Amino acid sequence: MRRIISVLMENEAGALSRVIGLFAQRGYNIETLTVAPTEDETLSRLTLTTPAGDHEVEQITKQLNKLIEVVKLVDLTEGEHIEREMMLIKLKATGAQRAEVKRTSDIFRGQIIDVTQNAYTIQLTGTTDKLDAFLRAIPEASVMEVVRSGVSGISRGDKVLSS
Amino acid sequence: MPAPARGHFEVLSLNQGNIVEKLSGGDMLIRALQDEGVDVIFGYPGGAVLHIYDALFKQNQIQHVLVRHEQAATHMADGYARATGRPGVVFVTSGPGATNAITGIATAYMDSIPMVVISGQVQSHLIGTDSFQETDMVGISRPVVKHSYLVKRAEDIPETIKKAFYIATSGRPGPVVVDIPKDITNPTDFFDYDYPEKVSLRSYSPATRGHTGQIKKAIKLLSEAERPMIYTGGGVIQGNASEQLTEMTKLLGFPITNTLMGLGAYPGTDPQFLGMLGMHGTFEANNAMHHCDLLLAIGARFDDRITNTVSKFCPYAKIVHVDIDPASVSKIVSADVPIVGPVDVVLDEMTKLLEPEVAKRSDKQKQMLKEWWEQIEGWRRQECLKVDREGVSDETIKPQEGVQAVFKATDGKAYVTSDVGQHQMFAALYYPFDEPRKWINSGGLGTMGFGLPAAMGVQMAFPDEQVVCITGEGSIQMNIQELSTCSQYGLPVKIINLNNQSLGMVKQWQDMQYEGRHSHSYMDSLPDFIALVESYGHVGFRVEKLSELDDTLKEAMSLKNRLVFVDILVDPKEHVYPMLVAPNGSMRDMWLKKGVRT
Ligand SMILES: Cc1ncc(C[n+]2csc(CCOP(=O)(O)OP(=O)(O)O)c2C)c(N)n1
Ligand SMILES: [Mg+2]
Repeated sequence: MRRIISVLMENEAGALSRVIGLFAQRGYNIETLTVAPTEDETLSRLTLTTPAGDHEVEQITKQLNKLIEVVKLVDLTEGEHIEREMMLIKLKATGAQRAEVKRTSDIFRGQIIDVTQNAYTIQLTGTTDKLDAFLRAIPEASVMEVVRSGVSGISRGDKVLSS
Repeated sequence: MPAPARGHFEVLSLNQGNIVEKLSGGDMLIRALQDEGVDVIFGYPGGAVLHIYDALFKQNQIQHVLVRHEQAATHMADGYARATGRPGVVFVTSGPGATNAITGIATAYMDSIPMVVISGQVQSHLIGTDSFQETDMVGISRPVVKHSYLVKRAEDIPETIKKAFYIATSGRPGPVVVDIPKDITNPTDFFDYDYPEKVSLRSYSPATRGHTGQIKKAIKLLSEAERPMIYTGGGVIQGNASEQLTEMTKLLGFPITNTLMGLGAYPGTDPQFLGMLGMHGTFEANNAMHHCDLLLAIGARFDDRITNTVSKFCPYAKIVHVDIDPASVSKIVSADVPIVGPVDVVLDEMTKLLEPEVAKRSDKQKQMLKEWWEQIEGWRRQECLKVDREGVSDETIKPQEGVQAVFKATDGKAYVTSDVGQHQMFAALYYPFDEPRKWINSGGLGTMGFGLPAAMGVQMAFPDEQVVCITGEGSIQMNIQELSTCSQYGLPVKIINLNNQSLGMVKQWQDMQYEGRHSHSYMDSLPDFIALVESYGHVGFRVEKLSELDDTLKEAMSLKNRLVFVDILVDPKEHVYPMLVAPNGSMRDMWLKKGVRT
């Protein structure tokens, strides 16, 4: 199943390459990856999604924990959590298509953030499934460019991941 | 104020009322290593480390051993670390110096050996420009280090060095690389020097003891077992827990086996010891593993050279696994009772709890254990290590006999290093070790070329001890240039070359799996080893007859201050047995001799 692993690590040069290297070295997959500093600028928060069974995810988390720069981590999929991904998508929108694209975007609570004579650029936020559903809902031929942020996540309730 | 280092160019300044030393980056590095207690560094100079070597020149507290190839420097530091338990230290220059060190770093990594490798790097402003002798050392070494640092400011040198040693030696030990750009060690820039007594890292805190609840569960299983078995690995040696292991094992009266990396953790000549296990393990050890109903694994990692087919591994056993590294637990074989903690502390606690349990063993339990031992003695009577001399002339030397003769000539007390191949397995099987840290070999990576430099590192640490390198004519040629280093530093290592004129282990596999097609497993055009070692100023003996073996070895060992190379011509057809049957075999499926299997 798809796991969302959230890692708090030292905001140091080289830390990211160690995480990625570990996945490459041990043959694990990374589907999406996002990383940015947190409110404490000495720490970065990295979120990645990986398809892994129970045994594999145990190894992944143990091996990640062994990296010296990794401070803490959590497999968000183990508990209740919120996940979000953002997509920027540029669509051909001319003539009658314009209204159609706008309608679909509205249904998915997308925002049109840039407009030209021929195209709309839409911003859409939600779970990976929702973004996938939007892509299925629009005609494939109208898609000019898709940029996705990768998944970010946080656990529900009062639980926090902190150093 | 710390005592000033001899010969340093010093500037003193005031900092918050305290007099502090001002040192250049290069001097700080050397001072930090002195303050860390380093007594010897194995290395090779070059452009990027010239400032460092100049700082080294100005002191005489740390000895430097100039090697002939950087790979050998890492193996020497590794041998030093394995024998002493203290981290080995290496200096290499940037680019080719750094890349040459990689094999040795990977070797140490696979066997969890503490090592600090200091590599020079091109000047900071040149990094990333493909400058002369630039290589991304942090990047290229990343998969084979426990951790690494690129030092960005000279001020950071003392703390980085402290952290490097702390990480290399604590928890599950391993190699740490510290990459230092040349400008950082510039002799004309001075900084306050203060070596921290301690460092702590918020993201790194190895376990200091085992979980008591888990330990109690293990005690229960150990008390109830009918066919118990103890299997221990290199972790017991690196974790300095041999004493604790021996005490607990004797208290329990259980059979015990060691991995290739764990030999010497339990006395090899003790009757409870069943010999090594695994691919070339003994008949009794592998059978006891297969049939046990409780397996106590300590500081071992269920390597594929141990388990054979994992799904057929220990089919009847509950498994207790003690290890300092949580990632090793349930990685290959899932543990019923995992215990994460330092093995010495955990075993101490277990022994305390086991004492009353053993005291109240019922007659029935004692009977079960007795029956288990009877079964084991039955396997032992197979005498799987008996040397088979069928079909060879009286004077033919079997490689096993070469090792047995070395055991005799050294009273079984030598430090023995080995290379990789058949000779390594023969050494492991025919030279029982009664003490930890005396058997030194590359088990995880299996690095040919390890033996001689590792022996040199041991000899540097223990100048008065007998150090023997059991090697093959293939392996020895991978770092033979170090004979020159041995001359320079007067290292009286005894090299025992089990010369079968072939890459024996490769040939054995080709015999067994490729219908004897010996594709490139011959060593054609071997040198005259005697003439070769003599040209370096050493002593060489050649033995071709069994009747001359003991006397020659005796003489070799008696030359206390000389390096002696004993070239022993052994039966080139010999195979190593037992050998686990693969693929799809379990641990009780073994080849016992040519064409004979269980
Ligand atoms: C650096 C390296 N290259 C290749 C191998 C593969 N290998 C394993 S054993 C062996 C043969 C070793 O020959 P020798 O040192 O003569 O030992 P023998 O098996 O003959 O005793 C080889 C090539 C290795 N372990 N290490
Ligand atoms: Mg050979």
